[in-house]
Amino acid sequence: MSTLVLLLFTGLGLGALYFLVAAGLSLIYGLMGVLNFAHGAFLTLGAFAGWEIARRTGSDDWGTFLLSLLVGAAAGAAFAAFTEFVLIRRLYQRHIEQLLITVGLSLAAVALFDGIWGTDPVFIQGPAWFKDTTEILGARVPNDRFVCIVAAVLVLLAMVFFLKNTRYGMIIRAGVENRSMVTALGIDVRKAFTLVFTIGGAAAGLGGVLASHYFGYVSPMLGGSLLIFAFIVTVIGGLGSLTGAAIAAVAVAVLQQFANFYLGGTGDFVVVLALALVLLFRPSGLLGRTS
Amino acid sequence: MTTDTDAAGTNSTGSTSTGSSPGNPAGPRRTAAAGRSTAPARPRLTRRRIAGGAAGLAGLVLLVLLPLLNLSLPGVLPGPTYTPGSLQLLAMCMLMAAAALTYHLLLGVAGLLSFGHALYFGAGVYGLAIILQNLDIPLLPAMGLTLLVVIVLAHVVGSISLRVSGIPFAMVTLAFAQAGSVIVGRNPDGTTGGDEGLTLRTDNLPEFLVGVVNTRNLYWLALAVLVAVFIVVTWVQSSRAGHVAAAVRENELRVRVLGLQPYLVKLLIFVVSAVLVSIIGMVFLLLQSGAVPRAISADLTITLLVMVVLGGVGSRWGAVIGGVFYTILDQRLTTLANSDAIDALPDILRIPLSEPLFILGTLFILVVLFLPGGLTGTAQRLAQRRNRRVRDTGEGSTGHDGTGHDRTVMSREILEESA
Repeated sequence: MSTLVLLLFTGLGLGALYFLVAAGLSLIYGLMGVLNFAHGAFLTLGAFAGWEIARRTGSDDWGTFLLSLLVGAAAGAAFAAFTEFVLIRRLYQRHIEQLLITVGLSLAAVALFDGIWGTDPVFIQGPAWFKDTTEILGARVPNDRFVCIVAAVLVLLAMVFFLKNTRYGMIIRAGVENRSMVTALGIDVRKAFTLVFTIGGAAAGLGGVLASHYFGYVSPMLGGSLLIFAFIVTVIGGLGSLTGAAIAAVAVAVLQQFANFYLGGTGDFVVVLALALVLLFRPSGLLGRTS
Repeated sequence: MTTDTDAAGTNSTGSTSTGSSPGNPAGPRRTAAAGRSTAPARPRLTRRRIAGGAAGLAGLVLLVLLPLLNLSLPGVLPGPTYTPGSLQLLAMCMLMAAAALTYHLLLGVAGLLSFGHALYFGAGVYGLAIILQNLDIPLLPAMGLTLLVVIVLAHVVGSISLRVSGIPFAMVTLAFAQAGSVIVGRNPDGTTGGDEGLTLRTDNLPEFLVGVVNTRNLYWLALAVLVAVFIVVTWVQSSRAGHVAAAVRENELRVRVLGLQPYLVKLLIFVVSAVLVSIIGMVFLLLQSGAVPRAISADLTITLLVMVVLGGVGSRWGAVIGGVFYTILDQRLTTLANSDAIDALPDILRIPLSEPLFILGTLFILVVLFLPGGLTGTAQRLAQRRNRRVRDTGEGSTGHDGTGHDRTVMSREILEESA
């Protein structure tokens, strides 16, 4: 029982990270049709920015942690906004070329991170409470899992609130449904593009800081490895669906943890198998539109 | 599909376009251009083609003789052409060019943007390495066995991932390739060697393929592979299946209405491309005398994509040129990164310049932004502009107006269509 609970919470923590990356990916794809390969670079930049804060201030209390979260999200958002504004916007409506640009950007960015921070992982210290465990139903769950879960739930709630109750949120939702109609109504949908990129980048940057605490280190490859699973999550959840991304993130991560424990480290393989099954029986994903 | 530059090398299929459907905006214009130019230009075109064929043959002979010659290309090759170091680099260029050609078959012909091509390259590399390691059979049967594995693998993965198209197809192929990469990294029962990779076991290899002394044999093998792949790709592209694949790329619905089966044709192209790249992977294993995890990583697929886009999507020569250009640039930039001149620079210049991938990534972004059609497309556009200027001054005539522009338009369309 205790193993089960531990695996469940570890999976939920990992799912929270997947969700933070996949949410941005899914929204960007839904609205703009861009598959953003540079999303991993946003995450890595956020993680390094958070680590720099912890290193510069030299303290590992809660204040520093919250500050590093803020700075990480801001770094991710700034990088994403720059990407959209300078590179993606020029290739409006040319999806594959936009994709190629993000591929080139992720190559260049990861190489630059290599050059600045070195290829070796750097280890990171959080507040001491992270190292402690909390006992739930007999399982001793490390506290950093809860931080990831709470952060992801807050981000999900904030995003849902933003999409449902604000003007720009409505424009984005309408744009995902039918972009040409929104344009025809005289709304400049390009502002929404920059906005979606910025929000996605902020979520990824936040995810980067949390991932560095979850895994205990930062390396230039951090974003790339999470990005692959985020891709799988977005395909399983249905491209463009935020709720789908949340459900799929949790499902994929929990499945991965359980398979890793009970089926001899085959977690990644089982996830790809799940992807194949979803594609065979429901090619548009769990909550994707069937068109 | 083919244009004059393609014809300059070997076996061309003629200069009319095959993939343009009436619904395609460039179609009428291209036909018009062809119609205007064919009648007066035919004899000259034939002469051009003979000249081009002769030049290609001469180039091939030169490449075959290269290991016996003492030529130096300072700045491009590390030493004279007969030295093993230079031959190794040249052989690598050939293999990468051949791999880029197989990727061209996917992206340029069938319009399939796959992010999992490295899976089959890696299957060739690791499959052969593992078989040679564990079974006591000679090289050729081992290669045949590997090929069998790859054919099955390509059918399974292809038939699943082709259920979606466009960007989801890219994601799904990436996921499968990643699963392969993860398995190799996990090192099940010590078969793949994990991060360290596998060293090639040479017990059952023929004598002439082993050792630094025999690098030139490997060079000739790589050259033969490149020529063979080029011929096969040309053949597939000009076969009925190739034409249907190109038509699917342009307008899948139309092909289906005509009663053809886009799914099967795409699967065929997918499998052919996978098989070819796995053979290249096997020769890569012999050349590198070891299997490394990079050979099956997503980075390799991205490298192939970069090569094809750099050279110009939709052009066979573009893929070859892109492959050679990228490999040499990568090698040279790595040498540059470790040089003293770079070390002496201040941090803000030193850090970006000491990362070859940073420079290549930036270069790639610039090409996508400013040179649609890649290197070949740009070269043709320049040639065409010069031709027009010559014609305007009344000194010469033109036979092939619009080809450069068409190439640009076409590669953009290929990219558009697979979206």
